[in-house]
Amino acid sequence: MLSNVTVNPHQWVKNHADYLYAYTLSRINDEEQARDLVQETFLAALERVDKFEGKCSERTWLTAILKNKIVDVYRKKSSGLVIADINKETHDPQEYFWEDGHWREDHQPKHFGVEDNDPLHNKEFNKVLQQCMQKLPALWLAVFTMKHIDDESTKVICTELKVSDANFWVIIHRTKLNLRACLQKNWI
Amino acid sequence: MGELRNIVYNCKQATFLIEKKLIGKITLREKLQLHIHFYGCSVCRLFNKQSSMINAMVKQLLINHDKADIKLDERAKADMQHRIEDELNKS
Repeated sequence: MLSNVTVNPHQWVKNHADYLYAYTLSRINDEEQARDLVQETFLAALERVDKFEGKCSERTWLTAILKNKIVDVYRKKSSGLVIADINKETHDPQEYFWEDGHWREDHQPKHFGVEDNDPLHNKEFNKVLQQCMQKLPALWLAVFTMKHIDDESTKVICTELKVSDANFWVIIHRTKLNLRACLQKNWI
Repeated sequence: MGELRNIVYNCKQATFLIEKKLIGKITLREKLQLHIHFYGCSVCRLFNKQSSMINAMVKQLLINHDKADIKLDERAKADMQHRIEDELNKS
């Protein structure tokens, strides 16, 4: 049986399922898929439970397994889109700028009215942001989430998602223009 | 000098540098270019402010999710534990 006392699969669901589920939902906004990923994580963990060395907590270990599964999902969602996505519209954000690089008047940033008012704790504003994030193309969202929520290095993201360094920055730029415009459109 | 002129009047390029600055590194030269651009462009100054605010909010989303009391329903949990026990019994 299990010799390692720090791992107790009989208590996994009770101790970690909610945490892992919330973790997944903040990265993939799909309840059913999130549930499946948590389940898969437990089963994958069981298979390598004898390799758990107790160097980190059980939860950290499970989260690491889950994280890899989430990246797999990102990768699957974005593969095939990559080339079409980037070439078609990513490169030139021309709906925001004139050819000379000036803002188009109807797309230029306006004050949201929440900037100085603790926007981080404004629930409604956060909700609009989340909705805007869900509208992003899969690859953009994957790159953006990995960078901002998981703080992954640019190199790791480029390798995992098979994006060149130049395209990484193009995607980051484009995603932000898009998110900000979406917030402006749906908030003001 | 051509490059400098390019950025001074180019909001597309300036917003690109803003993103680079926020999550990575920009060179001293790029910093200077951005600075000069900001001096004459209130729209990009606002973009800069909003962009870093969005980054902070996105980070915050994770913390909110942890606190948001998101729970799996009990039946799903029971199923999960069940499958784990099944696997444990197999070995």
